[in-house]
Amino acid sequence: MNAKSSAGASPAPVLAGEAPTLPTGATPLIRLQGITKTYGQGQAEFQALRGVDLTVDSGEFVAVMGPSGSGKSTVMNILGCLDVPSSGAYQFFGTHVERLSRPQRALLRRHYLGFVFQGFNLLARTSAQENVELPLLYRGESAAARHAAARAALAQVGLEGRERNTPAELSGGQQQRVAIARAIVTRPSVLLADEPTGNLDSTTSHEIMDLIAQLNRELGITVLMVTHEQEMAAYARRVVLFKDGLVESDFSPPPPGEGPGERERLLRTPLASIPSPPAPLMKPLPFGIPGGEGSFEVVGATSREGAA
Amino acid sequence: MLWNALLLSLREIRRNLLRSFLTTLGIVIGVSAVITMVTLGNGATLAVKQQIASLGSNLLIVRPGQRLGPGRDSAGAANFKVEDAQAIRDQIGGIKAVAPVVNKSVTVVVQASNWSTSVTGSNADYFTTNNWRLAGGRVFYESEERAGKAVCVIGNTVKRELFGAQNPVGGEIRIKQFSCEVIGLLAAKGQSSFGSDQDDTIVMPLRTVQRRLTGNQDVRTLMVSVKDGVSSDKAQRQIERLMRERRHIGDNEDDNFNVMDTKQIADTLSGTTQVLTTLLGAVAAVSLLVGGIGIMNIMLVSVTERTREIGIRLAIGALEREVLSQFLIEAVVLSSLGGLIGVILATLASIGLSGLMHIPYLFNPGINLLSFAFSAAIGVIFGYFPARRAASLDPIEALRHE
Ligand SMILES: Nc1ncnc2c1ncn2[C@@H]1O[C@H](COP(=O)(O)OP(=O)(O)O)[C@@H](O)[C@H]1O
Ligand SMILES: [Mg+2]
Repeated sequence: MNAKSSAGASPAPVLAGEAPTLPTGATPLIRLQGITKTYGQGQAEFQALRGVDLTVDSGEFVAVMGPSGSGKSTVMNILGCLDVPSSGAYQFFGTHVERLSRPQRALLRRHYLGFVFQGFNLLARTSAQENVELPLLYRGESAAARHAAARAALAQVGLEGRERNTPAELSGGQQQRVAIARAIVTRPSVLLADEPTGNLDSTTSHEIMDLIAQLNRELGITVLMVTHEQEMAAYARRVVLFKDGLVESDFSPPPPGEGPGERERLLRTPLASIPSPPAPLMKPLPFGIPGGEGSFEVVGATSREGAA
Repeated sequence: MLWNALLLSLREIRRNLLRSFLTTLGIVIGVSAVITMVTLGNGATLAVKQQIASLGSNLLIVRPGQRLGPGRDSAGAANFKVEDAQAIRDQIGGIKAVAPVVNKSVTVVVQASNWSTSVTGSNADYFTTNNWRLAGGRVFYESEERAGKAVCVIGNTVKRELFGAQNPVGGEIRIKQFSCEVIGLLAAKGQSSFGSDQDDTIVMPLRTVQRRLTGNQDVRTLMVSVKDGVSSDKAQRQIERLMRERRHIGDNEDDNFNVMDTKQIADTLSGTTQVLTTLLGAVAAVSLLVGGIGIMNIMLVSVTERTREIGIRLAIGALEREVLSQFLIEAVVLSSLGGLIGVILATLASIGLSGLMHIPYLFNPGINLLSFAFSAAIGVIFGYFPARRAASLDPIEALRHE
């Protein structure tokens, strides 16, 4: 399951209506091949990514590091389907994301991805509860299910009793907790976090990191996180270093103060408690992305969107 | 799906009460202004028509002198005689009543009180031609007309000024040197459309006025009432031919009298008020347009403000279509709410103002629908199109928006 041995896996079909390919142990969760991203045109042209290759398996906790301007955010946005690459292949569970339509990418975000931003990006003047409920609303969940799930997610990030507060009434750390609750309330496969502790003080940062590590460990959510700080990267079990739009190094350091044997133990322990593969990934989406509890409602949405 | 969008937009409206209020306000003002102006204008037109109808229907007024107009002079043209009235009655078909009329300003005295008013000398037909009804007593007999008896029928204003609450019928009034028995009281008509008090009048037999007040045999005006169903145009032409004959006017000479049809006056006057209504409506339409531009600005600004919010919604998995329907519903709800409040306000204002202005209130469904539809369209167009641009961005671009 955790093996990075998927180089020869055949690409999954992309078109709606075709038989979906169920994930096999050999299909990595995320696979980037030769991803480039070019901003601007002509003289002002700037290549932010110059051929990134990256493979991430289900259940990993990856820290993305590198100097400012090295393309970390750009790659995260592409992974999160918030932006599209200029060239290269992005496979999500074998599905070629770069071949998906806009609405299909929206559905991928809706059902599989959670994004946490440095600047929180909560809706202003909207209660924590309503912010967390928002993704569920777009998934068409009933009011009762929304309320219960949002309250549970807020409790999970330690914000019990703060449901009614608006972002303005919460501290930075609490706002980031709301944002994390919003990202995980849909039980995504992947949590993408771009400098989640960048605006927070050291104590709060550690609290947020503990929370993210716990989500990875206990819920089996795959985490990719950008950070500048070595301290925060230490929570991850793999560090990918970017430089000038390329992956410069990719290594799994031993946790500080512990031997290699201990690291192996840590790597294995949390994953044992995860249903494998995670339950939501078992059911197929109509356009070839496997999994998703809201599959049948997505079928309707997709056929309408696909026709548009 | 639609329910979700409705839920989201209602939440959004509640979350931004001030902005929602301002958006709605522009529509409310525009819609209520247009509807009120047009409704009041319509009411005024109807009021003018009603007052002209009270003058008498199918009434032709024959006067000496050429038709009024620039450079025309009525001085010097001979007055009519009572025989002219008789000739019209005898020689023209379809005539209901003919009243020869003279007027004279007088001061009337009853005991210690006196009152300046105008005396009309005519015959009993006058009550028919001028649509007068009696509140009490009777009109004069033909014998009284022929004998030139000192009897009179007085208007409500004269009665109020000289007799107060008393019944004037059977009483006496003094005009100059003679006293005159009051035999009837006219039912009140109120103000004319020209603002004069129609009830400030005394009617006497023609001969009485000629003998005792004007001192000649002249008749100033002939009031001719045409039977229902008879063309007043035809009667007018026949009267003109008859009068040319009787006044010995040659074939190549102009008339030295004129015949006016009250229907024409009515048409002219209501035409004028209609022009006024159109003008007011146009002014109000400008205010609706300004209101519309206000909505447009608020919507544009709010969409710019909300581009980041649109980015957030897209980032957590909203479809472009879902974001758009939310904005569309929001715009529809706000602008139709504004339109509805505008219609209600306009109805209240129109009823109140038409009461103050003594004109009838007329509900005009056309203008209500039109201004409502216009405001809704403005809201939808300017709520929808800027949002469409924002929602078509890649989520990250929308999120980066400052
Ligand atoms: N929208 C954009 N337009 C032009 N250049 C951009 C844009 N976004 C990022 N860049 C450039 O791409 C490079 C990589 O940016 P980014 O991925 O944000 O770096 P970081 O590693 O600091 O997150 C930077 O040099 C930045 O200036
Ligand atoms: Mg960055």
